Amino acid sequence: MNEIPGDLKFKTSHEWVRVEQDGTVTVGISDHAQDLLGDIVFVELPDIGTQMNAEDEVAIVESVKAASDVYSPVSGEIIEVNELLLDNPETVNESPYSDGWFYKIQPDDLDEINELLSPEEYSEVCEE
Amino acid sequence: MNKTTLFEQHKNLGAKMVDFGGWSMPINYGSQINEHKVVRSDVGIFDVSHMSIFDLSGSEQEEFLKYLLPNDVNKIKNSGRALYSPLLNNDGGILDDLIVYNLGTHYRIISNCATRSQNHDWFLKQSKNYDVKIKLMSDLSIVAIQGPNSENILDKIGIYNLNTMSDFDVKIYNSSMIAKTGYTGEEGFEVVIDNSDVESFWMDLLEAGASPIGLGARDTLRLEAGLNLYGSDMDINNNPYESNLAWTIDLNDKNRDFIGKIALEDIKKDTYKELKGIILRDKGILRSHQLVEHKAGNGEILSGSYSPSFGFSIAFARLDKGHNGEGRVKIRNNEFKVEIVSPPFMKKGKMLI
Repeated sequence: MNEIPGDLKFKTSHEWVRVEQDGTVTVGISDHAQDLLGDIVFVELPDIGTQMNAEDEVAIVESVKAASDVYSPVSGEIIEVNELLLDNPETVNESPYSDGWFYKIQPDDLDEINELLSPEEYSEVCEE
Repeated sequence: MNKTTLFEQHKNLGAKMVDFGGWSMPINYGSQINEHKVVRSDVGIFDVSHMSIFDLSGSEQEEFLKYLLPNDVNKIKNSGRALYSPLLNNDGGILDDLIVYNLGTHYRIISNCATRSQNHDWFLKQSKNYDVKIKLMSDLSIVAIQGPNSENILDKIGIYNLNTMSDFDVKIYNSSMIAKTGYTGEEGFEVVIDNSDVESFWMDLLEAGASPIGLGARDTLRLEAGLNLYGSDMDINNNPYESNLAWTIDLNDKNRDFIGKIALEDIKKDTYKELKGIILRDKGILRSHQLVEHKAGNGEILSGSYSPSFGFSIAFARLDKGHNGEGRVKIRNNEFKVEIVSPPFMKKGKMLI
């Protein structure tokens, strides 16, 4: 099990966010999510420049088993995507909180992040 | 939830357990992809004890099976052989698929898990006019040993001389049944063994170096091997001709009557669909229900998955006849070119595409 880093916030649908020092936000999926999905074989990432609203379907992650939607935890503009995942989707399994990030977003409103779950709250969701 | 005798073994091996037709079964023991590759390159063992075993007794077993099944058990009238057949209703719709074994002492049927009680009822109903008894066996487990080293590993634990067995041969060894069958497209065996002996058998195989394999890998292995999954690739609304099973309809014995025979004569003329293999070499994963278009019509993806052996996606689809080997599949907002081929994609370690 990967330890949940303390600076992350979570959506109940298993996405994590991290507010970077420059005010941008990095988004990925949780260790619990990658474990549920199993071996990840394909990731479809959004186009840079796309404007997202919180709750929008922003990416697709496919394991051997099934395809799953990834929902945007915050509103804003996509400014960078993790192209490593296009050829090495298994990175999401290996390193969900670090090398396996999905995209970076310039948030419209950082207050949206306060509504997300702390690592402790998210852990409780996972145990349900 | 039903549990197999090996349930605790799976838990101890760190398996992720899922509900599989009311049975708690291992989907994987860590990585489905690694498990798949182990079976292609070495040897893996599967607990498939959730499947249904029926033992027949009585003086008219052969007559009954000739009537019950479209494939002809006359092919296995000498003991020590097994035969694959679909199970049809009177309309030629597929109720299930199964393997029937001639053990010398009696015949045995192994069929799917989800159809257990339905098949049991069907067998009882159809056997009324025959001197046959059908017993659902619950004191037996099934372990599949699959992969190029399956014979070696069984040799290591003291089960010798399996090299003389051909595909679909079956024999009794210390009261267990050993069949040269499987659901992976590799060399391999399926062993039906008493519940009281299965744990030590399983542990001996692990100790000898076999890897446990979950039902997730079993699914991608059988897809590559071109083997249908009942419920995904065919069901009661499908006939054998549109399910790549024409070869199982044995009409050689003109005097033989079997369930569905009359319906099949019309169906054969009217069938305008076929089950084909689909290959997507681009980035994207074929999944059930995606639409396939080709120059002479369209169709739908049945089983579809990432293929661990090839590194791209493969699928089955039921298509209008008349394709020219090329098609298009729409996945979300993207349209992809696909190849249309005849399954299997892989057999005995050899890539066929």
